[in-house]
Amino acid sequence: MSNPILKLIAQRIALGLLLLLAVSVLIFAGTQILPGDVAQSILGQSATPQALANLREELGLNDPAIVRYFRWLAGVLTGDLGTALSSRQDIAASIGGRLWNTLFLAFWAAVVSVPLAIVLGLLAVRYRNGWIDKSISGLALASTSLPEFFIGYLLVYFFAVKLQWFPGISTVYDGMPFLERMKAIALPATALTLVVLAHMMRMTRAAILNVMQSAYIETAELKGLSPFDIIRKHAFPNAIAPIINVVMLNLAFLIVGVVVIEVIFVYPGMGQYLVDHVAKRDVPVVQAVGLIFAAVYIGLNIIADIAAIVANPRLRHPK
Amino acid sequence: MAKAPRNGSSPLLDIRNLRIEARVYPPGEAPRTITLVHDVSLSLEKGKVLGLIGESGAGKSTIGLSSMAYGRGGVKITGGEVLLNGRDILKGGTQGVRALRGREVCYVAQSAAAAFNPAHRLMDQVVEASILHGVATREEAERRAVALFRKLSLPDPENIGQRFPHQVSGGQLQRVMTAMALCSEPDLIVFDEPTTALDVTTQIDVLAAIKEAIRDTGVAALYISHDLAVVAQVSDEIMVLRHGRLVEWGGTRQIIKEPRQEYTSALVSVHEIEHQEKQPGASPFLSVRNITAAYGGGKIKVLKNVSVDILPGQTLAVVGESGSGKSTLARAITGLLPPEEGSITFAGRTLSNRLSDRSRDDLRELQMIYQMADVAMNPRQTVGTIIGRPLEFYFGMGGRERDAKVAELLDKIEMGRGFIDRYPAELSGGQKQRVCIARALAAKPRLIICDEVTSALDPLVANGILKLLLGLQAEEGVAYLFITHDLATVKSIADSIAVMYRGEVVRYGPKSEVLKPPFDAYTDLLLSSVPEMEIGWLEKAIGGRRMASAGN
Repeated sequence: MSNPILKLIAQRIALGLLLLLAVSVLIFAGTQILPGDVAQSILGQSATPQALANLREELGLNDPAIVRYFRWLAGVLTGDLGTALSSRQDIAASIGGRLWNTLFLAFWAAVVSVPLAIVLGLLAVRYRNGWIDKSISGLALASTSLPEFFIGYLLVYFFAVKLQWFPGISTVYDGMPFLERMKAIALPATALTLVVLAHMMRMTRAAILNVMQSAYIETAELKGLSPFDIIRKHAFPNAIAPIINVVMLNLAFLIVGVVVIEVIFVYPGMGQYLVDHVAKRDVPVVQAVGLIFAAVYIGLNIIADIAAIVANPRLRHPK
Repeated sequence: MAKAPRNGSSPLLDIRNLRIEARVYPPGEAPRTITLVHDVSLSLEKGKVLGLIGESGAGKSTIGLSSMAYGRGGVKITGGEVLLNGRDILKGGTQGVRALRGREVCYVAQSAAAAFNPAHRLMDQVVEASILHGVATREEAERRAVALFRKLSLPDPENIGQRFPHQVSGGQLQRVMTAMALCSEPDLIVFDEPTTALDVTTQIDVLAAIKEAIRDTGVAALYISHDLAVVAQVSDEIMVLRHGRLVEWGGTRQIIKEPRQEYTSALVSVHEIEHQEKQPGASPFLSVRNITAAYGGGKIKVLKNVSVDILPGQTLAVVGESGSGKSTLARAITGLLPPEEGSITFAGRTLSNRLSDRSRDDLRELQMIYQMADVAMNPRQTVGTIIGRPLEFYFGMGGRERDAKVAELLDKIEMGRGFIDRYPAELSGGQKQRVCIARALAAKPRLIICDEVTSALDPLVANGILKLLLGLQAEEGVAYLFITHDLATVKSIADSIAVMYRGEVVRYGPKSEVLKPPFDAYTDLLLSSVPEMEIGWLEKAIGGRRMASAGN
């Protein structure tokens, strides 16, 4: 009975892995096109030609690109992301803690924003075209339209400078107590929530409104169900697939798109790390972070696809 | 106007001077309010069945739903009283209305397939209203539901509730919906065209099940349909409506046997077009030989070894239930679904199986008309553009020549030149279908394939279309391949008939022979399932059957 579903899921995962491989090619090719010579940038302008040649030999830069790609790919697959050029540190080791920080921030932003967006979407449908609907839509749109750095600075101005409830700089360190940590990420998490809220809320509203035209909604009305029960029990389950899709896109944004927020709040996450190393032209780090971001994006979209498949009773319970 | 007889006790449902209005927003005009129902009154005793009949736009469903204080879309009840069990439900407020819906009055929709929520199991939906209104606990309600499933002769009544709507056939879903309506033991059920979307052979079973359930539970019912023959089987009284006004109201026997109003007589006699079968003298110009076609890369065979001939200027009717392969045959002939085996000869030459290999002239000589005229036309093109397109495409006509030809075609379909600049949305269902006919004619085809072209239309309008098609055939000498599930239509239009069942032609020949006994079991089932305007026909038909219908 679950056979067709397992097949579909296996297909999605296989496709995702294939896509990730293609992305790795793109990332590698892209960084090869960048101008500049790695050996030169490590040794500086004053390096002797002999030193440059030696370093190139040592780094394997004289090998053809395809050989270097597979060497890199083999490294990635075994957990070796290479060494940062600027600091000579192992990339995997430096990313570990930062990835965890980014995920921690994204997780709490998602825990607040996803349920909030869905509940607001349900409320907007229940009171559609009334003032509740319009104020929800208006506020959510306003928060999306403001650039995220502006929201960030507004939050800092009011809650860190004026009211002094939360710190304006989100310093976290290993072994920090949980509550301290939560207090530190309060402002960036709020800023992220405001950025992603409207998109998810409006999609929830649109998806449910679309379903509200169906004949089975009339059936529910003619059974005497209350409007909110109709939306919750009869409309929402049928609107779940598009909602999951947009939620996953926004979760991906919470992890991949946090660069600006992390910089504003000086939060030691992946975004900061990426920005720092782009500035330093540290190609191996950019490659590694790019690949991780791509994996997160593809992974979440696979989850969205699978959730949509599982949410469809026609696929879950074939004839 | 006749008033139905009343006895002394107060009726279950008493609608007085009901007026229903809607706000409409016609394109390019100021919004205005139109009246859908003009001061209609009716009353219904406990345990009785009142049939509401009329064409689309007559206000049948609107009146039916008013007994639940419900207006579809922007429809509003603006006048009159709806007394249910002695109290005016229009004055009960939102809470009062919600308390009676699903408790005192339940609703059975036309398309159960759309009216069930695809995300929930049937049982959860069937017992939902009973639990909500506190009529029964979940266990009691489920027990009652299973008993109702059994009464409605559903297969595997113990477990069918565990299925999802898509796992159950259309006829079965319609019965489950009836069970859902009966589950909370209401006083009144509104049946809104419950069998219209079903095949004739399925309709008869569902109709019998509904009738029995009404009789055994003693529930009262409003039975809405456009098919008088169907209504006559279940109703004690019939009310004829037109344009939101009462035409005639009386006992079932009086309405069908002694209609007092002209409009009622028209409805009673609507199907009868005399059509003399043409002699099969000439040799066929289109021969389908041993065609086998399949979907899904040859996995699902939908046509098995089918052979038919079409004679010039004559009509071959293809009849059968949904899933019998009628439309697939049309797709195979047109090349949309290239047959796996067999050949099609057209005017002495063999047609390529694939559409892309056919010459433009081959394409021109075979035209199609579809069931859903409104989705078969581009909504952003005018009637003139739609009809003019084949003239440009096949004959290279343009400018004044094309416009003159379009005007001529509009005259042929009895619509007139004034329609040239109209858009499809501004036309009625019958007019849309006429435009589609004109578009097909514009190509000067030898054969027009008509795929259920009258199924979506009201009987009187459908009748007009059939007469038009017959007239055009006499004038232009065009042949028709007429696909339908409606045997009355077949009798009106066909010269020869092919009966299809599960992808095979089971009976084929001139009309007079095919419709002459002795019949094979399937043709017999098909013929005997067509509702007749006779009281007691249903019981007789069910009793005399030789095989069970396939897709119920």
